[in-house]
Amino acid sequence: MERSFRSRSLRQSVDWSLVILYLILTFIGLVNIYASIYSDNPASIFDLSCRSGKQFLWMMVSFSLAALILFAIPARLWENLSIPGYVIVLILLVAVIFLGREVKGSHSWFSFGPIRFQPAEISKISTSLLLAFVMSREGFKISKIKDFTKVALIIVIPMLVILAEKEAGSALVYIGFMFMLYREGLSGWFIVAFGLGILLFVLTLTTSPFISLLVLMTCISIFNILNGSKLWKGILSHLAFLLPLSFLPLIWKQIQPESAFSFLPQIDPIYILIGTGVIAIPFFLYEAFQKNAHYLYISVLGFIVGIAMIFSTDFLFNNILQPHQRGRIEVLLGMKEDPSGVGYNVNQSMIAIGSGGLTGKGFLHGTQTAYGFVPEQSTDFISCTIGEEWGFIGSAGTILIYVFLMLRIIYDAEKSREKFTRIYGYCITCCIFMHVFINIGMTIGIMPVIGIPLPLISYGGSSIVTFTILLFIFIALDRQEKKYF
Amino acid sequence: MTPGRDKKLMVGLCCMALILIVKLFVIQIVDDKYKIDASNNSMVYDIIYPTRGIIYDRNGKIIVGNKVAYDLLVTPREVGPFDTTLLASVLDVPTEFIKDKMTEYRRFRRKIGYQTVVMIRHINHETYMKFAEMQYKFPGFKGQARSIRDYPINAGGNLLGYVSEVDANFIKKHQGEYRSGDYAGKTGIEAAMEKELKGEKGYHIYLRNYRNQIQDKYRNGEMDKEAVPGNDVVTTIDADLQQYGQELMKNKVGSLVAIEPKTGEILTMVSSPGIDVEMLADIGKHYTEIIQNPYKPMFNRAVQAPYPPGSVFKLVNGLIGLQEGVISPQTAYPCYKGYHYGRNAKLGCHNHRSPLVFEEAIMMSCNAYFCYVLKNVLENNKYSNIDASLNKWQEYVQSFGFGHKLGSDFPAELGGTLPSAKYYNKIYGKGHWKFSTILSISIGQGEIGVTPLQIANLCAIMANRGYYIIPHIIKDSQNILIDPKYKEKKYTMVDSSYFNLAVPGMWRAVNSGFGSGGTASIAAVEGLDICGKTGTAQNPRGADNSVFICFAPKDDPKIAVAAYLENAGFGATWAAPIGSLLIEKYLNGEISEKRKPLEKRMLEGNLLSRVKKN
Repeated sequence: MERSFRSRSLRQSVDWSLVILYLILTFIGLVNIYASIYSDNPASIFDLSCRSGKQFLWMMVSFSLAALILFAIPARLWENLSIPGYVIVLILLVAVIFLGREVKGSHSWFSFGPIRFQPAEISKISTSLLLAFVMSREGFKISKIKDFTKVALIIVIPMLVILAEKEAGSALVYIGFMFMLYREGLSGWFIVAFGLGILLFVLTLTTSPFISLLVLMTCISIFNILNGSKLWKGILSHLAFLLPLSFLPLIWKQIQPESAFSFLPQIDPIYILIGTGVIAIPFFLYEAFQKNAHYLYISVLGFIVGIAMIFSTDFLFNNILQPHQRGRIEVLLGMKEDPSGVGYNVNQSMIAIGSGGLTGKGFLHGTQTAYGFVPEQSTDFISCTIGEEWGFIGSAGTILIYVFLMLRIIYDAEKSREKFTRIYGYCITCCIFMHVFINIGMTIGIMPVIGIPLPLISYGGSSIVTFTILLFIFIALDRQEKKYF
Repeated sequence: MTPGRDKKLMVGLCCMALILIVKLFVIQIVDDKYKIDASNNSMVYDIIYPTRGIIYDRNGKIIVGNKVAYDLLVTPREVGPFDTTLLASVLDVPTEFIKDKMTEYRRFRRKIGYQTVVMIRHINHETYMKFAEMQYKFPGFKGQARSIRDYPINAGGNLLGYVSEVDANFIKKHQGEYRSGDYAGKTGIEAAMEKELKGEKGYHIYLRNYRNQIQDKYRNGEMDKEAVPGNDVVTTIDADLQQYGQELMKNKVGSLVAIEPKTGEILTMVSSPGIDVEMLADIGKHYTEIIQNPYKPMFNRAVQAPYPPGSVFKLVNGLIGLQEGVISPQTAYPCYKGYHYGRNAKLGCHNHRSPLVFEEAIMMSCNAYFCYVLKNVLENNKYSNIDASLNKWQEYVQSFGFGHKLGSDFPAELGGTLPSAKYYNKIYGKGHWKFSTILSISIGQGEIGVTPLQIANLCAIMANRGYYIIPHIIKDSQNILIDPKYKEKKYTMVDSSYFNLAVPGMWRAVNSGFGSGGTASIAAVEGLDICGKTGTAQNPRGADNSVFICFAPKDDPKIAVAAYLENAGFGATWAAPIGSLLIEKYLNGEISEKRKPLEKRMLEGNLLSRVKKN
């Protein structure tokens, strides 16, 4: 810390590794966008009439914005901008529902002449900034109900508005902020409960409510055992209870129709399971009251919410989700084979990626993407081109670059002394993570098809500009600290 | 602040990334499935179409075979500059045709992409050879051999059915079985036996590079699949008899069906006017012509036309009467030129002596007699009212194969109609109709609709003295075993013994000689013991329909025939000669000198002008 009070030079204060990773990603994007449109139009990569040329233009715009953020705008400004920024973006988000142009069924685009932009994209920036601002205030504690509510509202409001724009994919990204909240002290059980919710949904759809109820009860038992003091006693008592129950459907099948127990199979085993659970609830509550054990209240609540979820799954799935969303989930979970309809995109993209092999077919030598078998190949399905032409090495390499980028941001964020910078860093990591995981996941069939772009690689001005601003605000915040300390 | 959460998150992040990478590893390196699937796209499948199964007649004659034709294919992306005029002259098409096609391909170039499309179908061998010599001058064009149907004998147009390219609807209906460009049987035997006849497509796989140039065989042809030809089908048809039947029915509207009574095998099934086999081979070209023909040649009258059966139906009513015990063979009824049932109401009859007993009533086809019979059946005290007795009657008639589909293996069979008490209640109101309201059904008129196949089946029942085997057109053969139901005897509700009382009437109708009162003396052939029953069915659209059923020989029947000719007049004028000629041809192999003039008159007769066109 000998030089800590002297202003450091540009070369030293900017985290150049982030900038380099950023440049590599945009370059990968440009090259693959060109490859994905190559067969249609063998023009130059910089030809402005084709997508790669336009993307190059947007890259130039992004680089200028990046420079502006790094050198011209004082980094302190962002903190002050967070509240008005959030409000303005929220107004835009609502306005676009009424004023926006309809594109593929969603009202989320403003268009000014040839330029179109999506407020939902910018909303990621404004939400991240406001979260960082609110949570870095003196005395903020996520465990306080009031503070938690405040944070929850900041996240949920834009999410709901975006859902109303029928941009379910962009709304889903906000769930990622959960990880940032975890870092800032939210109980890990939130993430577990969330994961359990998804698991129950999937299990109910693919197997049966009985199995998901059994899983729910097992999870709550584990939760109780982990929080309770007597580990072995807990495990034994819960096992004695759950094991026989899990064999109910099997026993049911064995009962002969003429035997004395023939009335039993008329009762659905799931009601017996619920019955035993409901009988246990008063005991739990009594114990919770006596020992003043909060975790038991939580597990009772979890049980009730879980049952409600299991029974509403069918309703949610069939009535709330739109048909195309339903179809995508059915295809993902293997409930329906539909290689020519809903499953077409996924099937084709997996074929394209799979046919790449270890080293790929080489730049511009892809056959699947080049013949237009894969739809949306320069936007949402750009990773097919990468997978096919650059093979496993290319696609795994791309994922690794994202991982380095995110780890580097976390590293910088953790080193920062400013809470604002740290929280903001985690926010953008969450956004990038959600985008990368959902996007690549859907092209290889482990996520349902959700149309969100691959950060910095997918074709599209809104997307590349947003992620550039998102990232460079962080680099600027980080630099400003290093400059003076 | 909980310590170490940043580390946990970093580990979690790496785990999630690892999930993606592992899945990528699986589909890109471990799992071969996606590479094989990719072959759909980056490999060229050269489809090899199987030859369709051959259709034989009962004596091993080929009725439908195969011959080679060529399709001209073009891959628009590969087409270089070429001499349009030269190509047009080689292919013998107008230059404009080629130009139009090329413009069309340019317009849809996005949609077509790298695909190969068919430019001209079915070019003949000579034209193709001319083209093949000069193929090098036309890059992007190539010929594809394809087997099409060939008909060595002109027998059974409608019966055989046609094969044509599948359309979008058809592909959708048979999910996953067909692709565009495939052919499938659409009517007749081709449709009924499509599964057996079609065979399995094969393919040769070639690799295509990113510029869509074909490089070489994928894995040296290891993954190629050879086409499996379709199974041959043996029909019950007698090709010669079918051909003779068609000649007899030429220029007449109607149907001629012959069944081997013991087996239920259909020997001949003519629907006239029919489709000529020449047209079948290239149905696409003749389709409009066929559709616009006022006599509807596509309409297979033998199984699809509901006709009133006329007097041949008296056999059924008579047998029911005997079984129900409301008449005996000795019961005689008078006929005063018809059946009088009201002050001025009469159902007329022709001149014959009176009174008649059962056997004679059949021989002379007395209308009055059978009115009495049905009156007795319907006004039988055994049943509570006429509703019940009519329903019982309907049950009897159904056991003769009427009023429902016979269940033949021939597609698009019609069930026909039979009136029930419910039906009359609806028309006249319950209790407002009695026997005299519906007496026309006693002589096979009124609300009865039957197909020629059902009439032929009735004839087979008479020949078998009380049972039938569902008429069918496919025989057991090496590859195909027919449904056991086509070997099962189906008995009517009338005892065999009563049939023995009706058959002599049929014999006497034919063999009593002119002047005896027998209605079908014209059908007699020396030594063949033909038994027959004429019918003259009223046709509201013009002259009466001429109907005749006959079987022979009487004591060991080998063939049962139904002839039904629209607007041809008395049963004895046209249907009886035609039916008996068919039997004579089948049993004797030729027509006797004595009957040659009759044959000539039948072959040359043209009744088309009598039939009202649609």
